[in-house]
Amino acid sequence: MSLLQSTQFRPDPSADAPRRAWVRAWPEFQNPAAWLVALVLVIMPLIANGFFLIEIFATTLILGIIALSLMFLAGYGGMVSLMQLTIAGFAGYMVAVFGISGNANISLGWPWWLATPMALALATLFGTLGGALAVRTEGIYTIMITLAIGAAFYYFTNQNWAIFNGHTGINTVATPHFWGVDWRADIAFYYVALGVAAICYFAVQYVSRAPFGLALQGVRDNSRRMAALGFNPNAHRIAAYAFAAFIAALGGVLQVWNYRQISPGSVSVGACIDVLIIAVVGGITRPIGPFIGALIFVLLRTFALDVLIKFGLDGNRFRLLIGLGFLAIVFWSSDGVIGLWERWRRRNASSTQRSGGGRHG
Amino acid sequence: MDSVAQRLSVVGAGAALELRGVTRLFGALAALTDVTITVRPGERRAVLGSNGAGKTTLFNCITGDFPPSSGTIRFFGEDITQFPPYERIRRGLRRTYQISALFPGLTVQDNVYLACRGVSRGRFSFLRAGQNDALMHATETLVQAVHLSGVKDQRVAELAHGQQRQLEIALALAGAPRFILFDEPAAGLSPTERRELIEILTSLPAHIGYIIIEHDMDVALRVVESVTMMHNGRIFKEGLPREIESDPEVQELYLGGGHE
Repeated sequence: MSLLQSTQFRPDPSADAPRRAWVRAWPEFQNPAAWLVALVLVIMPLIANGFFLIEIFATTLILGIIALSLMFLAGYGGMVSLMQLTIAGFAGYMVAVFGISGNANISLGWPWWLATPMALALATLFGTLGGALAVRTEGIYTIMITLAIGAAFYYFTNQNWAIFNGHTGINTVATPHFWGVDWRADIAFYYVALGVAAICYFAVQYVSRAPFGLALQGVRDNSRRMAALGFNPNAHRIAAYAFAAFIAALGGVLQVWNYRQISPGSVSVGACIDVLIIAVVGGITRPIGPFIGALIFVLLRTFALDVLIKFGLDGNRFRLLIGLGFLAIVFWSSDGVIGLWERWRRRNASSTQRSGGGRHG
Repeated sequence: MDSVAQRLSVVGAGAALELRGVTRLFGALAALTDVTITVRPGERRAVLGSNGAGKTTLFNCITGDFPPSSGTIRFFGEDITQFPPYERIRRGLRRTYQISALFPGLTVQDNVYLACRGVSRGRFSFLRAGQNDALMHATETLVQAVHLSGVKDQRVAELAHGQQRQLEIALALAGAPRFILFDEPAAGLSPTERRELIEILTSLPAHIGYIIIEHDMDVALRVVESVTMMHNGRIFKEGLPREIESDPEVQELYLGGGHE
């Protein structure tokens, strides 16, 4: 981060073209609102208590990371994958299986620094293989295949006792302790989640403008033309699944550390669809969208219950609220909350311009 | 070992492009029937024919967009019949599309950059190109060559039709093309834009051959040295531009046959 800052404030007037390119590549660093959000996120432990820190913000960041992996596939690659949560859940299961847990008959007892890379590698492999199947299809069939993989994994974890411990799942999963810090303590864990989320966010942002990301957007826009330019579109699609799977796996590792247990409920079909809802509500055109969607989702899930009861309604109807919100977004803003916000800003900007110079046609 | 064999076969066969008995069926319909064409390196040829004559299908078979149902295609001596499109492109074949096939969500510069990247290494690179990247310079040069420097940061969706056609040509010129297929590059262009197009085509380096599909005889016959007439998916006649122009059968079929 310090490197980036020094680039930004380089007092070289001749560096105008690179500077413009840099601003285009990292719009966040020019936006005061983004700096404010970053500052608030960093000092959050001073503001929020343990409940907010973990139940709201860490959970938002984790769900945001998983939804970000879907945003990468859908936004840049045009591939809607419903198995991103399944990949995350697979990574979580692998952390529990290779690491230390209360189920000593299943867990291999590896230290976290060995179990975690293993879980990430296996989950990435899992996502890549799933992707290799899914890229043979397009549109609705991609959704169907990835949904089928998700559903199959859910039922498999329910019925397999040797590795996944059936419907009871794996409990009391050990979390990392090192340098004298319990990294699952509220504040430490919040910063771990924030750090991983920031890395994933900037990685997606960076890759989207790198040759690989540009090529992926080319495949999304016109895969036949990409082949006529020398690219192998399916290889790019599979590589995108691998990259997205790694991000989802990071989210999954954080999730199992957060809850300290994992069971089939964590990888249910409903949860898979929640990730899609989060990404779509937030907006799949920009990497910030999934995090906004996740915040809305977590806030609704946590507080809608009380609010509904206050209005004399059944608290369990919070999913109805989420569903109605989803419907409204799909109807009126196909690019999610981000799209609403951008349109609102553009309208404001154009109305000021009109009143100012009247140049706008 | 393979490359030695390839080089030997390139030396042996003098043709840039050699089609033998190429047939393409769509169900029961034969869009191409037993097409045999040989084009020398650096040769510039027009393919004429009415709508449905099989001109675009011919291009699709050569580039592999649709593989031929039977027959063989050789590119500089190498049998590319079974190759996927991207392998053919990497060997120096290029094409443009009749209906612009661009990337509307990306900028002009990104479109051209992708074309340059597609025929070089690092297609999967996770590292962004710096300002001094050789491909960025190549991109810049190409964008200038087709007079699009003024709009290089605009999204392609916002471009005028003529500009999109020019970008279409830029994508086909990326890297080191050896042979280019132009599918109606003048479609929908204004007279001025047509003149620019002719200028671009005639100023291509002499070693780059091409086949051009073009309805506008003024454009087509001015930029080629040989002509192939197609009719109903077959080669109907081959010859010099003036021979074809004055051929009574051709006039009957195409020029005077109520077309345009």
